[in-house]
Amino acid sequence: MRYSIFSVLREAFNGQRGWRPAWREPDPKPAYDVVIVGGGGHGLATAYYLAKVHGLRNIAVVERGYLGSGNVGRNTTIVRSNYLLPGNTPFYEWSLKLWEGLEQDLNYNAMVSQRGVLNLCHTDSQRDAYARRGNAMRLCGVDAELLDREQVRALVPILDFDHARFPIKGGLLQRRGGTVRHDAVAWGYARAADQRGVDIIQNCEVTGIRIEGGRIIGVETTRGFIGAKKVGLACAGRTSQVAAMAGLRLPIESHVLQAFVSEGVKPLLHHVVTFGAGHFYVSQSDKGGLVFGGDIDGYNSYAQRGNLPTIEDVMEEGFALIPSLGRLRVLRHWGGIMDMSMDGSPIIDRTPVEGLYLNCGWCYGGFKATPASGWCFAHTIARDEPHPLNAAYRLDRFATGALIDEKGSGAQPNLH
Amino acid sequence: MTRSETPSPLPFRLPAGGLIDRSTEIRFSFDGRSYAGHPGDTLASALLANGVRLVGRSFKYHRPRGLLSAGPEEPNGLVELRAGARREPNTRATVAELYDGLEATSQNRWPSLRFDLMSLNQLAAPILSAGFYYKTFMWPAALWEKLYEPMIRRAAGLGRAAEAPDPDRYEKATAHCDVLVVGGGPAGLAAALAAARTGARVILADEDFRLGGRLLAEAQTIDGRPALEWAALAEAELEAAPEVRIFRRTTVFGAYDHGAYGAVERVNDHVATPPAYEPRQRLWRFVAERCVLAAGAIERPLVFPGNDRPGVMLAGAVRTYAHRYGVAAGREAVVFSTGDDALRTARELAAGGVTVAAWVDARREPPDALREAVQELGAPFYPDGAITAVHGRTSIQAVDIRTPLFQTTLECDLVAMSGGWSPTLHLTSHLGGRPVWDEALGAYRPGAPPPGMSVAGAAAGGMTLRECLATGGRLGLEAARAAGFEGTDAPPPVAWPESAAAATLWRGPTGKGKAFVDFQNDVTDADLELAEREGYRSVEHAKRYTTLGMATDQGKTSGVNAVGILAGLRGQGMAETGTTTFRPPYTPVSFGAMGGHHRGKEFRPTRRTAAHAWAAEQGASFVESGVWLRAEWFTRPGETDWMQSCAREVATVRGAVGICDVSTLGKIDIQGPDAAALLDRLYTGTFSTLPVGRARYGLMLREDGFVFDDGTTARLGAEHYLMTTTTANAGKVMQHIEFALQWLWPELDAQAVSVTEQWAQFAVAGPRSRELLARVVAEDVSNEAVPFMAALPVTLPGGVRGRLFRISFSGELAYEIGAPSSYGEALARALMEAGRDLGVAPYGLEALNVMRIEKGHVAGGELNGQTTARDLGLQKMVSTKKDFIGRVMAQRPALVAPDRPALVGWKSADPSVRVSAGAHFLDVGAAASMENDLGYVTAAAWSAHAGGWIGLGLMKHGPERIGETVRAWDAVRGRDTPVTLCAPCFYDPQGERLRG
Amino acid sequence: MRITCPHCGERGNEEFAYLGDATVRRPDDAGAARPGAPEFERWMDYVYLRDNPAGRHRELWQHVHGCRAWLVVTRDISTHAIFSVEDARAAALARPSLVARDAAS
Repeated sequence: MRYSIFSVLREAFNGQRGWRPAWREPDPKPAYDVVIVGGGGHGLATAYYLAKVHGLRNIAVVERGYLGSGNVGRNTTIVRSNYLLPGNTPFYEWSLKLWEGLEQDLNYNAMVSQRGVLNLCHTDSQRDAYARRGNAMRLCGVDAELLDREQVRALVPILDFDHARFPIKGGLLQRRGGTVRHDAVAWGYARAADQRGVDIIQNCEVTGIRIEGGRIIGVETTRGFIGAKKVGLACAGRTSQVAAMAGLRLPIESHVLQAFVSEGVKPLLHHVVTFGAGHFYVSQSDKGGLVFGGDIDGYNSYAQRGNLPTIEDVMEEGFALIPSLGRLRVLRHWGGIMDMSMDGSPIIDRTPVEGLYLNCGWCYGGFKATPASGWCFAHTIARDEPHPLNAAYRLDRFATGALIDEKGSGAQPNLH
Repeated sequence: MTRSETPSPLPFRLPAGGLIDRSTEIRFSFDGRSYAGHPGDTLASALLANGVRLVGRSFKYHRPRGLLSAGPEEPNGLVELRAGARREPNTRATVAELYDGLEATSQNRWPSLRFDLMSLNQLAAPILSAGFYYKTFMWPAALWEKLYEPMIRRAAGLGRAAEAPDPDRYEKATAHCDVLVVGGGPAGLAAALAAARTGARVILADEDFRLGGRLLAEAQTIDGRPALEWAALAEAELEAAPEVRIFRRTTVFGAYDHGAYGAVERVNDHVATPPAYEPRQRLWRFVAERCVLAAGAIERPLVFPGNDRPGVMLAGAVRTYAHRYGVAAGREAVVFSTGDDALRTARELAAGGVTVAAWVDARREPPDALREAVQELGAPFYPDGAITAVHGRTSIQAVDIRTPLFQTTLECDLVAMSGGWSPTLHLTSHLGGRPVWDEALGAYRPGAPPPGMSVAGAAAGGMTLRECLATGGRLGLEAARAAGFEGTDAPPPVAWPESAAAATLWRGPTGKGKAFVDFQNDVTDADLELAEREGYRSVEHAKRYTTLGMATDQGKTSGVNAVGILAGLRGQGMAETGTTTFRPPYTPVSFGAMGGHHRGKEFRPTRRTAAHAWAAEQGASFVESGVWLRAEWFTRPGETDWMQSCAREVATVRGAVGICDVSTLGKIDIQGPDAAALLDRLYTGTFSTLPVGRARYGLMLREDGFVFDDGTTARLGAEHYLMTTTTANAGKVMQHIEFALQWLWPELDAQAVSVTEQWAQFAVAGPRSRELLARVVAEDVSNEAVPFMAALPVTLPGGVRGRLFRISFSGELAYEIGAPSSYGEALARALMEAGRDLGVAPYGLEALNVMRIEKGHVAGGELNGQTTARDLGLQKMVSTKKDFIGRVMAQRPALVAPDRPALVGWKSADPSVRVSAGAHFLDVGAAASMENDLGYVTAAAWSAHAGGWIGLGLMKHGPERIGETVRAWDAVRGRDTPVTLCAPCFYDPQGERLRG
Repeated sequence: MRITCPHCGERGNEEFAYLGDATVRRPDDAGAARPGAPEFERWMDYVYLRDNPAGRHRELWQHVHGCRAWLVVTRDISTHAIFSVEDARAAALARPSLVARDAAS
């Protein structure tokens, strides 16, 4: 059923009885042309674009829990394309373009809100680094503005401009950046993929990958063997385990990143703001809660939860940045498992196993990449070669040295 | 505050009873109206005592709402407490301790609580079904940010946050204990007593301002005495025990790994403003060997049409108001229950003179004993019954009661409902333990609690007082034993048997009107049905789709009912349907408590060099360099612009002599027979061949082959080196060396220690620097005695032992002179004094930067973690004859590719046009595109020497294109400037001056 | 998280810095290894590739705000349970030499 104000009105007078399930709950077929492992944002988007762009009809997404149970529902909902390096900027810009048309494409309101992403700078060298980045963005056709202190003050007056330990000197603003309602992304892609015939199989954990003669033939799951001509892995923090089933050892560590939401309050903050003298980012959801986060805890973890030192650190930064927040309360905090790569950038590529494709290494930037990741991964799987947009996200770049290290922090995942 | 001997005239205050100080009247205001209350009241109890039923409006439909509970689970009674910079939105009136002058305002309504125009939303309720916003507002796309979203945002949110910086103070502390007891009710008191009697260090924390838990709220007997007497004795014993600390008003909000717990102590939330020097709240990190969770249980509402009307309350809350606060929540009450527990409520009401108009029991065959007990109170008893409608809007007029036999409408103004009790097991699931459904109990029990935690009393599902006392005592003792203490088993105190028998009823019969599951977020049973119909079948999907459990109460009263309803819709059992898990914090925690003192200037430590005061006297403007403060320039009288000061300082160094405090550079002392071998492995160059008394520039790579850090390292003795690092990497390099010594090459016999803080160091630079030093240093400083790159110990005024290094960052004849930090300021003053007639002046970071750019020395802009030695023109520093960190990876194809951007100098063709770092290089005439990007400007400065803007950059094939003109394209600053490429050295390329 | 430093006793994880996998080992053939050479694979293993197990994990921490000892912590990275904490230098001295390891494999 198509969603619109008309269907909402019709159902309002029909006791909501006409709505149909947003997706089917099919049993797995014996075999598919493509099986995507991972029913999160990236996996669902991949399936959707495989069907929509590449015309594939026989696709399954297998998910060990419920769809969208991983990072797509655990992030701070920020979307942006303010990247520095040529391997990244066009990819994230394509993602932002897909976000801009997503709701009409999927017929699902994911509340894409282009409210602007403002990165604050606190030193001259930080401003110069933002200028370098802003210019790199402009060279890629991406919007970027370098603001001075007073322009920042006019935009976000509640920040600490007068007593800050690290004074705000300006900021890099991407007006087209913003937020998207995270769960709705998973649901929207799931519904749209389902409508194009994709089987979304929940509560179906992959327990093995069957390879014959160097070629993939399917996946063992808790719901039996599922044959597949091609298999795409989109399992984020669990990638190392699943890839190990195919004998792959990856440049990936899994780390916990915590996210936070405060109690709802009336509109207070109208942009996404990041603090440059630490690691803190915050926006206010449409429900009124401040959604915020900071650094990863810094140690390997699959536990989907973190510890107090990081929580304190994040909230110290929030309080320091916005001193009127003292009496606002954090409502809950949670953790997601981040597939931290060795250079801080993702991998979308073929693998040494024929028919097995890899999509991982999103660190804590995977949410904003969801549409382009799915789009490029679909291309890579369908055509058996990367699209120019993901050509730099190669698995062999660690051997060749063609790294994409935005922060310049080297082969230590917890520093990215 | 006024003293009054007359009984309280408040309309709903019972004539006697309650743990309030009736002799003292305190005033408070709600929505601008003044009311009276007593010490011991909460805002909620005082409002009820004054007959205020309507306290809030719901989130979506703006339905009028009254108090549901008497505790932290409250979803409805949220207010803005205090005003101005102290305004606290969404404060639960049920736990806000009343104080004289308390000011509270209702929220999320306009223009007033009683007349809220936003309640028009109720008319649109059929449209505003669960998730409706995912289905509409999509066309036209541009209207989302312009119209729909601002509209939604204004309507959403709850209270208003404070608009000014928080004037109160916060702090943090850590406390260690053997046994942490969470909850000061009967189970918690028993646990704390048992543990304390073993001599264990015990922390007892309770969120309430008074210990006792349920004993405060109902008439109970322990050991034949009123239970409160037992509680008072227990409290006194604990107070007297030397190893016990009692934290009242302290919520343990989170369990973390390995026995760490987070707690917030509300030190001064019960007064209008904190006394001087006291914090408002204090964050505690409790570190506990063992923990006994005795957090009690939370009563579940019943889901029936109209269950959100002001006056429909939890039965346990109704008796709490009566017993603890001496407040009648109404005049005529109907009890609607699935269990026996509400009998205590009925009795409490009857004792207070409130009419119990009926007992509606959802069970087909309730116990006869209950029926008799109810009838003794004079109340009709309706088994197998339900309330099917509630009449009234802002208060209850009557309810419709239906049983299989008949239907009636009964006048009343209070409904006390009880759907059973859910253990408060939140902390048990913070580390991932999933609660398990217990069919007999009709509730979720704790699953696998965190290691070291045991659960006592109602939190474990033991709902009777007997069980609380027994399990509390037993687990308290067990916890102490597990922590290494010895104690003897003691029989638990004696309590009367009571019946906690209860059935479960997830939703009553449907009828006219909405039946709410999540009160605050306005989620009804119909919304859950819709979620199920639309395929959001996982409990998590249903919650997220409907927003159930996402409000400030975190689903404390709604979570279990929701699972029950979903189970019913699917014809499944509870266990198959799912469970409810909880994320920290248990109740919301303020930014203030979590932030502590870390804000404003105290956000992070400030490091000042030894000569900071001297620099300040000299007119320094300080700038943050990491956590250090460093002088960026020194303003002289008449200078109006930092560039003037900077230019003068450069001229002073180039023409006479200047002094720059470089103490922030990292200094690492490395000693031992293998010190030389270690340095050879850390640096790309060779240091084992460095003669004693000499220094050498060193370049360090990370193991991935990119440049890590650089600095000058001197050999002070055969087995003694002093390494310097950049300011930014001082800590990281130290860690790196320790890693190399302890893990990579433990066989190396060498030690390293950071001496950054032990030594103050000053650059003394300029043609007259030698002359100046000769006046300060006892030893011969002639070119012969101290040649370029010499490093030697020297004697400073007063016989202080210092160090002299003949190294130059500025390109001039220059030295760095070091002294123990305690002499740093004296040394700066001595240098200034000695150089007065030589024209000496201090110079800051800006002048330093200009001169290093003129000399082409790399610094932060180039050492950005993305560059190789080759990129920086430092390939000659890289040995091919030995192993060193980064050697192998630096040879990867992409790191030696010929088109990698490489270091180049540039000069603006037009001296009046500024060029800044961050501009990108483009060919003249080339379109601004990623494909045409040649590199970027890493550093820029105005150079008097060069007569214009000069700088450094990293550019593809840059070194091959010297002499060509390209553009410095700086779109974000609106500039596009032609620059001429040149070698990255603008000043004395032969280095004659620094060797002179 | 609480880590028991063998030198200082039990401390909160805020006192420690984390590096990562302690099972990878720096090869000592930097002279021979270059991209393309067979020895280079060991360098890839050391610098980039990780098992990243969802269970027991030997990992390097440093008691950076304490005694500054590097430590080998054995920890379950799904539950965070810590099984052992060793002084890294002692562990490093006890490990077989690379030459011996090569001979054994």
